[in-house]
Amino acid sequence: MRYAETGFNLEIDLSRGSIDRVATDPKLTELYLGGQGTTAKILWDRVAPEVGPMDPENLLIFSTGLLHSTSVPGANRTSVDTFSPQTDRYSHSVFGGFFGPEMKFAGYDKFIFHGKAKDLVYVWINNDKVEIRDASHLKGKGAQETALILKREVGDANAQVASIGIAGENRCYMASIEHANSSASRGVGVIMGDKRIKAIIVRGTKDVYVAQPAELAEISIPMFKEMYDNKNCGDSMAHGEGDEFHVDNFAWGNARTRRSKFFTKEMEQEWIDLEDNLRQRWTGCHNCPKDCHQAIHYPGRMPYHQKCYSKLTYAMGSFGDLDFDYDIIGITQEYGMDAYSTPQTIAFAIELYEAGILTDKDLPDFPQPDGETVEGFKINKSRFFYLVEKIAHREGIGNVLANGVYAAAREIGNGADAYDHNTIKKFEQVPIKLGYVNYPYFLMFATGEKMNITQIEGSFPQTAIVDKKEREEFVKGWDAAPERFKKWLLEWEPQTNLPMDAAVHVCDWNEAMHYVDDAIGTCAFLSSFRGQFGGRPPYHIYNLPSFITRASGIELDSDGLWEVARRNRNLVRALNIRRGLRRADEKPPEDHWKKREPENEQKLLDMYYEFKGWNNDGIPTKETLDKLGLDFVSKDFIQRGILAESQGDLS
Amino acid sequence: MNVEPKKKIVKEIKVNLDKCIGCRACEMACSGFHAVPKFSSTNPARSRIRVIVEDRKDVYLPVRAGDYTSAECTGRNTYTIHGKEYSQCSFCTVSCPSRDLFKEPDSDLPLKCDMCESVPPLPEPMCVQVCRCDALTYVEKEEAVVAEEVKRDEIDMGLEALVSKHGINKVVDTVTKLSKTLKR
Repeated sequence: MRYAETGFNLEIDLSRGSIDRVATDPKLTELYLGGQGTTAKILWDRVAPEVGPMDPENLLIFSTGLLHSTSVPGANRTSVDTFSPQTDRYSHSVFGGFFGPEMKFAGYDKFIFHGKAKDLVYVWINNDKVEIRDASHLKGKGAQETALILKREVGDANAQVASIGIAGENRCYMASIEHANSSASRGVGVIMGDKRIKAIIVRGTKDVYVAQPAELAEISIPMFKEMYDNKNCGDSMAHGEGDEFHVDNFAWGNARTRRSKFFTKEMEQEWIDLEDNLRQRWTGCHNCPKDCHQAIHYPGRMPYHQKCYSKLTYAMGSFGDLDFDYDIIGITQEYGMDAYSTPQTIAFAIELYEAGILTDKDLPDFPQPDGETVEGFKINKSRFFYLVEKIAHREGIGNVLANGVYAAAREIGNGADAYDHNTIKKFEQVPIKLGYVNYPYFLMFATGEKMNITQIEGSFPQTAIVDKKEREEFVKGWDAAPERFKKWLLEWEPQTNLPMDAAVHVCDWNEAMHYVDDAIGTCAFLSSFRGQFGGRPPYHIYNLPSFITRASGIELDSDGLWEVARRNRNLVRALNIRRGLRRADEKPPEDHWKKREPENEQKLLDMYYEFKGWNNDGIPTKETLDKLGLDFVSKDFIQRGILAESQGDLS
Repeated sequence: MNVEPKKKIVKEIKVNLDKCIGCRACEMACSGFHAVPKFSSTNPARSRIRVIVEDRKDVYLPVRAGDYTSAECTGRNTYTIHGKEYSQCSFCTVSCPSRDLFKEPDSDLPLKCDMCESVPPLPEPMCVQVCRCDALTYVEKEEAVVAEEVKRDEIDMGLEALVSKHGINKVVDTVTKLSKTLKR
């Protein structure tokens, strides 16, 4: 009997058209828990570093988290993992909604796609019955339009769909996978398109069992109230308070300009009115009491769900406004385009045009700006609409831009690479331009494997708390934090950097919590991302072990859980190390902070690597790997000469 | 004879469609509570409450399982309420042949909401407990029982159905035949 998980993966080879239901090894669950963790092991075992992301041998894996489909609230994020053509590295995204739970009710922990279909297909998984079906009638259809058609086609309104739009079909690197109220991004949509999978539709009516039923219910059911009442979790920024934070602190245009006095009281009211008018209702994800998503109906567009920071990314990239953002997401979500990378790529292209590097020849009939802001910035709403079409259809210059900022800059040449100033490891970053280098953030940006800071930061506050009394209050009820962090927070004065050793620990804790979430499927808004604001996340390293043990039967305490996070983190790093990642790649964008401390930054990296048990080049040592039970990695590293036999023994 | 009017407790779950966020926690809690042993498994397909969601039309409808019927009804009407279109089925609580709702997925046997009757009683049914946004709320009312219902015997009803289907003679013949062969 397997608890919390089903014990089966669905293996689909699209080249051969074969479908297998394969039993999994429960030992692997104990080691990696599930989700991203168990997936990393499969990617390590089965995708050699010589395999290109667009080779048929690359895998695309949809994975439930260990706690999906149990009574534990807020465990619903599905992990999608593969290798990305944009970075040639490991690519990972998690999306909320209802897909993972439905996978489990259908009897599977993972869907593993191998090979490539000849023509566009969709996969229909109805419990034990699995079919690869022709999808030629869905070619060019929007992501949600596809979902609606398929639910009708299979005759089951309760089925859950993950689909790509035209951007994925055209293998745009910023393509997303869309599902219900959620999206997966950062390199997974392009691989779904490359494998010619238009959509996956799944329906499950089987039981999911847990090990200690009464004991699990005893802690799960009260959590609904606790989460609902806890204003420090969920996407509280979606409920109004996030607008000022984002528009004043993040950079506009091509990640260039901060407009610190942009937001006014009148604007706030105007924006609230606009949203109230467009919003049909707030919605949530599977078995979670928080309502983080807005069901939006913008006139003339297909109704869609808006989540997170996407309501401002297009507005800020274009120097446009909120109304424009809600309008354009109506298009981009149907095309299946990531709301982080897409506006950045477009803003980059507009800068190239302004600089004369791209010309009217590249951008025929390029619209004029829609006027100027009070500060004199050109408003580029029409140009955004124009470039979205070019990129999604890979038309003309869109074919170049569809490969993301880094690759496009090199292909365009003529000095374009100077305008690629906000990528790390070839991937577009959140447009943050700040004054002074921040130690933990330096480490998180430089060494993170999840490519977006929101997937790395989150447990320790971003800034010092000014008022000493408030600081003490914060620390008093900070159950989520290991003791050492309380002292560091108490002593942290505004406008100063944390001590370097504290920065190392903060980076370690922040990312560890994400590795926990992404293995068990709990939402970052309930744990790994939310602790930084208010310090009262419902889930943390100290209470999660009992949820895991009672659901799965795996005995685990908080040290054990941290150990799993460490194991998964090192295995994910190993995937990238084997594909060539080294210390030289680990740096934030040059202009991310105005004032840098090059010497201290290198010292931080040294300290961090040492703390992690990695060598000076950022490679996990043999000792570190073996201690975590990853001796198959150390053996491979030595065989390949990545670790010298002698170096491997040194820590 | 006792002349005081009899009273009974009427339990009701009120549904507010505007407050539903579509999280389906009610389905999870219901299927967990009715699992044997309690909470040993979850499976929304066994839930006695289902959220009918058509998100592009902004339709979010928690519906509780009512009685079983062996025949489909003829109701195929659509209703427009506050500008939203609902099918008649959306509001129907019946377990019926025309849809999958409210049937055990293995046996096809009908499911019916029992308000989480248990000993000791729950303060509120499970679906209400987890519905923090108050789309579902629980109300208990005391109502006077108007008149004692005359309860018809089950055998009466069963035989009447058989008679209407096969005719009185056939039924009498069969009962006579059975009375000889069946042991008492």
